This record gives sequence, C-alpha cells and structure tokens, in this order.
Amino acid sequence: MDLTSSKEPALQIVTVQDQRIDASVALLFKDRMRDVTEGGIDTVLLNLNHVQFIDSSGLGAIVAAMKNLSPDRRLVLAGLTPAVDKVFRLTRMDSVFGVFSTVEDALAELQR
Amino acid sequence: MADDDRAPPFTVRISGSECAVRDGLLQVLGHIRNLNLSSERISAIELVLAEILNNIVEHALTKTHKRSDIEIQGHYSDRGLHLTVLDHGASMPAGRMPAALPPDVDVAVLDMPEGGFGWFMIHTLAQDISYVRADGQNRLSLLLALDS
Repeated sequence: MDLTSSKEPALQIVTVQDQRIDASVALLFKDRMRDVTEGGIDTVLLNLNHVQFIDSSGLGAIVAAMKNLSPDRRLVLAGLTPAVDKVFRLTRMDSVFGVFSTVEDALAELQR
Repeated sequence: MADDDRAPPFTVRISGSECAVRDGLLQVLGHIRNLNLSSERISAIELVLAEILNNIVEHALTKTHKRSDIEIQGHYSDRGLHLTVLDHGASMPAGRMPAALPPDVDVAVLDMPEGGFGWFMIHTLAQDISYVRADGQNRLSLLLALDS
C-alpha cells in the first residue's frame, strides 16, 4: 500500500498510489494512513484519483482513518473515479465526507 | 442477448484466501470481457463478487480446516449473468443471509460504521439472490443485469 504525502498551506495531501483499496490491503491502508498523518494538525485531503476499485473493507478503512483523525482534523476526499464514487454514493458515505472532484478544486475551496 | 459462442458458461476455482480473491475476480472479468459491457456494469459485477468472496474468506472459511476452496460458476440467460458461488465453510448465521440494511450514516463521526456495507451493496446491485446450505456446502446464487 503506497501512500505519498505532500504539504500545502493548512493542508496535507495524501495520495493513494495503488489502484485498489480492497480487503487484502485495508489493514495496511489504515496503518499507512496513521503513519503518514501522525503528528500533523492540518486537514487531510485524500487523493483517490489512481484508485480504480474499492470494496466495503476499503471503504471501512477510509472511515476508520477519518475517525482516527477526528475530532481535531478533518478528512476530505478528491479524485474519485466512477467505480469508487459509486461505492460512496450507494452507501451514502458521500454525505459524510467532503468530496471534491479534483485536488485543485479542493485546494481552491479549502484554502479560501 | 448473449449467445453461446460469445459467452459460454464458465467455472473459476480459487483457494479461500484474501490474496486469491483478486485472482478470482480477474479470472471472472476475463470470462465476461468479450461481452463489451460498460465499465459501470463491469465495476458492479466486480464489486458484488468481491463482497461475496470476501465474506466467504472472512466468515465462512475461518472456522473450517477441511476444504477451503471456492468455486464460482457463471452462465447467461436473456436476463443477464447468473453467478453461483460455492464453498465448504461454515454456514451463514442461523442458516440465513444477513439482512441488507443500509448503513446508518446519520450519526456522530466516532459512531460512523466501518462495516456492514457489503450485504447492502450486494442486495442493491444484484437480483434473485438466494442462499442454500446443503451437504456441508454453502451455495449462493444471484443475477446481475448486463445492460445498464
């Protein structure tokens, strides 16, 4: 599970480099998210634009990451591909996270 | 819809492990590739089958040390793709499929559900879902529409 992290003013961008967040990597994802966000204070923008497939375990892992960051830090999402977007809409989890179509949109909105 | 030349019935067998699930999905997607389905349809089929296989690996096969292989059978009718998934693991609780309630997301962040999405998504995306426990075997059958 390859996560990369970069810093913007008041924002940490974490990009999932893998194409799948499924049951076989859900625990690894949770651990890696914890590692890369540890000690920070900013809102975390999770960039999912490389992810082509997510299952319920992967979705659960993203929810767990959000809970791990709360209450001090928000987790917002960007770059949902159609298959990933569908899972979030089906489960209504799109209403729980701030969801932006692209990282650029999220930056424009969150840094206003 | 799918004539037999283009879409023959298929059987895929995998070992009952988390790593084998990806391989099983790839094999099944290989069998339906010639149907030229929309990417949305393919994603729905992959998602439903992934949830079924993950459930088997995580729940049915953890308590068994006998046969841990999983068999996926597919055939087509004018209604779509019929999938049957067979395993020799533990029965579903009380011999029945779990309820397919939508996850309750109108709760505080710390109470947000991290699971329970799987059956809900299966029931939302598939039709004619049936589960039979017989002769030490779990048999889950369902229908997936092929036109979106």
